[in-house]
Amino acid sequence: MKVLVPVKRVIDYNVKVRVKADGSGVDLANVKMSMNPFDEIAVEQAIRLKEAGQAEEVIAVSIGVKQNQETLRTALAMGADRAILVVATEDVHTDIEPLAVAKILKAVIDEENPGIVLAGKQAIDNDMNATGQMLAALTGWSQATFVSELSVEGNSAVVTREVDGGLQTIKVTMPTIVTVDLRLNEPRYASLPNIMKAKKKPLDEKSAEDLGVDVTPRLKIESTGEPEARLAGIKVGSVEELVEKLKEVGAV
Amino acid sequence: MAVLLIAEVNGGTLSVDSTAKALTAAKQIGEVTVLCVGSGCTDAAQAAAKLDGVSKVLCAQSDAYGHDLAEPIADLIVSLSSNYTHIVAPSTSASKNILPRVAALLDVMIISEVTAVIDADTFERPIYAGNAIQTVKSSDQIKVATIRTSTFEASNEAGMAEVASIDACADPGLSEWVEDKVAASDRPELTSAGIVVSGGRGVGSEDDFKIIEGLADKLGAAVGASRAAVDSGYAPNDWQVGQTGKVVAPDLYVAVGISGAIQHLAGMKDSKVIVAINKDEEAPIFQVADFGLVADLFDAVPKLTDQIA
Ligand SMILES: Cc1cc2nc3c(=O)[nH]c(=O)nc-3n(C[C@H](O)[C@H](O)[C@H](O)COP(=O)(O)OP(=O)(O)OC[C@H]3O[C@@H](n4cnc5c(N)ncnc54)[C@H](O)[C@@H]3O)c2cc1C
Ligand SMILES: Cc1cc2nc3c(=O)[nH]c(=O)nc-3n(C[C@H](O)[C@H](O)[C@H](O)COP(=O)(O)OP(=O)(O)OC[C@H]3O[C@@H](n4cnc5c(N)ncnc54)[C@H](O)[C@@H]3O)c2cc1C
Repeated sequence: MKVLVPVKRVIDYNVKVRVKADGSGVDLANVKMSMNPFDEIAVEQAIRLKEAGQAEEVIAVSIGVKQNQETLRTALAMGADRAILVVATEDVHTDIEPLAVAKILKAVIDEENPGIVLAGKQAIDNDMNATGQMLAALTGWSQATFVSELSVEGNSAVVTREVDGGLQTIKVTMPTIVTVDLRLNEPRYASLPNIMKAKKKPLDEKSAEDLGVDVTPRLKIESTGEPEARLAGIKVGSVEELVEKLKEVGAV
Repeated sequence: MAVLLIAEVNGGTLSVDSTAKALTAAKQIGEVTVLCVGSGCTDAAQAAAKLDGVSKVLCAQSDAYGHDLAEPIADLIVSLSSNYTHIVAPSTSASKNILPRVAALLDVMIISEVTAVIDADTFERPIYAGNAIQTVKSSDQIKVATIRTSTFEASNEAGMAEVASIDACADPGLSEWVEDKVAASDRPELTSAGIVVSGGRGVGSEDDFKIIEGLADKLGAAVGASRAAVDSGYAPNDWQVGQTGKVVAPDLYVAVGISGAIQHLAGMKDSKVIVAINKDEEAPIFQVADFGLVADLFDAVPKLTDQIA
């Protein structure tokens, strides 16, 4: 079985984002970019499936700009076998919508026939939380979202999902699309020798046109603004003073 | 405009708070029909019919709909879609699972976590953990959106709309439910509670989390947690507040032993009053707190619990 892992290049989660003064978006020039943290978890899980003898090959795929090569090299250094880059734009500020990403992934699936797709639950830049579900719709496959436990058993997978009320376990028919949540595993760091080895692993490059996908956005971004800032409050000196203040504002 | 609002139904009961908040957003767009889906949902449908501004309630019952499985419910919603310009739902784990699937089946984009309705095509939504707010205009035929409930007031109960039963669709049989692990609790629900008390890594252990729960119970509050507290096993996953957990906006939010990472702030910074208790006076949480107390939580929290009437 092949495992396909879509990995997104996003602004590093430690970077404080700045909205551009003209309201056209968020400043992405010269900021640190990293693999979406959820996707690291997905790559880790894919490698574990391979190590457990349940998968033969782990393929990482990224959609966006040329620079996504770096993100793919990270996945390869962690242990993915090969990578596919689908160039869909030249501008780092142009993000590709989940619907278009899902269509591209569908085209990749048609060529690669994986038994399972492990995607992140959400990308931490746009927080859409959508790509995996959309891909499941386009393939007509089952979907298992927000997964914190996964076991593949023949023609099905049993997954535990993090839901509002707690945890839900479901059994899905393979092939399936899984989106991973934070507590599925702790991703490994790539070792230096593996980083060197990753440079020699195959990285295929295609374009969205090659795959016949129109990436024209459906959502036009009219403006991007700063949220209203919260005014800093005061420090209180004691529990007594805190209780007094809370009573004053009617909070207790 | 004709809006189909997917009600949040849990175990046959309407989640009134989240549905009524999403209804407020839906009414700004057009005439609202509510869809209740479940293995049994007549009670939920009756409850939804009472909400102010609902023009009709559809009730689809089938065993296949009992556990929020995405595939059969998405097929049902798609089968109804031709009558509507908008399909919306409160942003819960169930709708975040189902609605993107619906959108892709209709070949439209999903608009996630809407915080404001500008007009029928234009919406605001937060990105980058709420560090930026984007205004997006959709060119799609049908708009499919999830509504961030913490930013809308709940609609009241007023009317008595007509309830109609509709047929279930065939179950594609792609997934089956195995079990739920849901801790029963007498505390209010995290996303609708008026007060939330949250603990972070600073609390130090599952046992010590009782201090947080004690304060919460005294205040009639829900209990929340940071990701670090959940990852460390001090608190269950459904307590996580933040960018990748639940988003809350209670009247009072008390953050105890939480440093205030942006991912945590994303889930609580719209609370009306924020209290922070942290022994590190430099902790970023103090930058958003209305009232900050620099203190050891093991000393301050029990005292606070005592002093609240
Ligand atoms: C500054 C800025 C500019 C923008 N400009 C445009 C624009 O010009 N046009 C436009 O249409 N939209 C634009 N957008 C919006 C953007 O296209 C979508 O909102 C965004 O793609 C939402 O997807 P997500 O990454 O949140 O996906 P999610 O659904 O949250 O991602 C979930 C998972 O899907 C996979 N995945 C997602 N994307 C990729 C990818 N590219 N490659 C591989 N795997 C992936 C990963 O496994 C990821 O963990 C812009 C947004 C910003 C912030
Ligand atoms: C992809 C991604 C998603 C994430 N999503 C979320 C999310 O949804 N929600 C979330 O919360 N985090 C999230 N995080 C994690 C986030 O970045 C922080 O790591 C986390 O919020 C830290 O939790 P904390 O404040 O409890 O722990 P810490 O940062 O370790 O802070 C502990 C605090 O407790 C204080 N303290 C210690 N002992 C005491 C004492 N005795 N008395 C008083 N104070 C004390 C310390 O001074 C410190 O400020 C996410 C991270 C990533 C990468």
